[in-house]
Amino acid sequence: MAEFKEISPNAPLGAKVGNWFNNRFPTAFAEYRKHMSEYFAPKNFNFWYFFGSLAMLVLVIQIVTGIFLVMHYKPDAAKAFESVEYIMRDVPGGWIIRYAHSTGASAFFIVVYLHMFRGLLYGSYRKPRELVWIFGCAIFLCLMAEAFMGYLLPWGQMSYWGAQVIVNLFAAIPFVGPDLALLIRGDYVVSDATLNRFFSFHVIAVPLVLIGLIVAHLLALHDVGSNNPDGIEIKQGPKGNRWSPDAPADGIPFHPYYSVHDIMGVGVFLMAFFAVMFFAPEMGGYFLEYNNFIPADPLVTPSHIAPVWYFTPFYSMLRATTDLMVNVLSVIIALGAVLGFLKCRCSMLLRGGLVLAAVVAIALLKTFDAKFWGVVVMGGAVIILFFLPWLDRSPVKSIRYRPSWHTWLYTVFVIWFLILMVLGIMVPGPIFSTPSLSWLTNELVAMVGTLFYFGFFLLMPWWSQLGEPKPVPERVTFKPH
Amino acid sequence: MSDATASNFTPAPLDSSKRTWLLTASCAGAVGAGFAAVPFVSSFQPSEKAKAAGAAVEVDISDIKPGELKRAEWRGKPIWILRRTPEMLESLKKDVAELADPHSERTAIPIPPYAKNDWRSIKPEYLVLIGICTHLGCSPVEKFTPGAQPSLPDNWPGGFFCPCHGSTFDFAGRVFKNKPAPDNLEVPRYTYLSDSKLLIGEDKKA
Repeated sequence: MAEFKEISPNAPLGAKVGNWFNNRFPTAFAEYRKHMSEYFAPKNFNFWYFFGSLAMLVLVIQIVTGIFLVMHYKPDAAKAFESVEYIMRDVPGGWIIRYAHSTGASAFFIVVYLHMFRGLLYGSYRKPRELVWIFGCAIFLCLMAEAFMGYLLPWGQMSYWGAQVIVNLFAAIPFVGPDLALLIRGDYVVSDATLNRFFSFHVIAVPLVLIGLIVAHLLALHDVGSNNPDGIEIKQGPKGNRWSPDAPADGIPFHPYYSVHDIMGVGVFLMAFFAVMFFAPEMGGYFLEYNNFIPADPLVTPSHIAPVWYFTPFYSMLRATTDLMVNVLSVIIALGAVLGFLKCRCSMLLRGGLVLAAVVAIALLKTFDAKFWGVVVMGGAVIILFFLPWLDRSPVKSIRYRPSWHTWLYTVFVIWFLILMVLGIMVPGPIFSTPSLSWLTNELVAMVGTLFYFGFFLLMPWWSQLGEPKPVPERVTFKPH
Repeated sequence: MSDATASNFTPAPLDSSKRTWLLTASCAGAVGAGFAAVPFVSSFQPSEKAKAAGAAVEVDISDIKPGELKRAEWRGKPIWILRRTPEMLESLKKDVAELADPHSERTAIPIPPYAKNDWRSIKPEYLVLIGICTHLGCSPVEKFTPGAQPSLPDNWPGGFFCPCHGSTFDFAGRVFKNKPAPDNLEVPRYTYLSDSKLLIGEDKKA
């Protein structure tokens, strides 16, 4: 325990109060220094580094608006839809709170996708930041669960049928699936029981886990220190700056330098946020889908259902997994095994094992329905992100010093991700009405996109080592302004 | 604590009986925690009320015109009763080659024995189905007009189309090949109470 410090009776009142607290609660002061005034972040952050603090801001918006929505919302299949309309029409200020919450949901995903992409660009998941990245991926999973369960609460047509589809995904798991789906729904169909438990998860369970993970994400980050656009470890560089002789020379205290810096990001973000919230809260049906203004009807599925935009890349991967995709995957695995058998410079035993593994994989692919593999593909697309720290074998972290063609590869990856996003919003079947192009279906394009997505990650250990990286400087690139 | 006493500190010899009891108590505690989880996990199951809500329903079919679909609700699920026209029944013979399971041989969703025939119903004219896609549980929509149209193949014989993931079914609820849905639409257990009245959910005469 720290020594009890006496302070001069002539000291100013502020200093006396500070000393009184410091003697009784020194942890608060130590933590403030550790995480704010003496957390030295690299001085060369660019705009990509706004999105972490913006994600925190959106979290606060969601929690505050959520607390107030719960005061008026009724988690009851007979009253839920009505109570949301009551909030919108009759509760004073209710519409602002509700639109802030619904806009916040989409804003959360925009900010988090950009935050994750920043990590991808600058190799922020590489050693020693693997756990920071893994906590982040877990946060992304929680966020998806939170968004999905929250979407059921207004009890509109999209709420109902969206939940029906996603819960049935679990039913596709062999052997235990149907019972698992029953446990999730608490009924044979999506019903009042489902609504109540989703409400409980959405407002209590998942937010608690989410906050715990965010704390772990930040603590782990502050232990290893932030990465930067150059991907250079400032802790390994020269020591000593104007605040501390032991701090990295290229680090500046988070507070006030980045706290003030982030306020600018907050300002720009809030301009966009309020513009959407006040002038286009439905965002043309993408943030709030039009079919969700129709109360849930268990007997009729709307003629076109699609998840909200942030789930659509994964959703189109699910739709792309038909029998054709299973056959294509079998061929790819077979080719991979043949190639491995011929090219691998390893023992006959290992080669035989490779061929055996491929045979087993193909047998499994053909045994279970394409439906189950669709679920595996969709889940795998998220789970694969957890392994990124070990898939990337590039000798340099940041895209700035990777071979130039890496930039193009990342661009193509982003374009495919956006194409999958658009395909997931569109109806299945032929994309163009021209009869000669009727073979060009949504699912076919999505299949190519899915294969690219998985190829990008699974082949990363190979392609990330190719090419000649550019020389990495000793110190971070920084122009004072 | 001062440094002088710390340096004189010698650990006490290991008391193995104490360790045994600590381990036993921890294991007993873990078992207790496991039992404590039972009511929480079992509360996820359907309630008695939900289980009781599965009673069979009666449907009057006398008012269905040929080619028309009537909807009813059983266990919260949509039930379709389609009165098929001779042309609809005729189309069932032609599309067999394009179906994934034309003779309802898959066992994932069992079909009642009295409906395991070419028209998948007791009386060919009336088709009774649970209107829930076997893929992920959306309710397919009616696409009864044959021929080319958006989202459907050019040789579309007429049937049902699932708006969620594009599975297509013919006028007997049989799924077409290479679609996400693995199974034909489910036929519930049902029986004719009279020529104009169906009982859905039970198949022995009440």
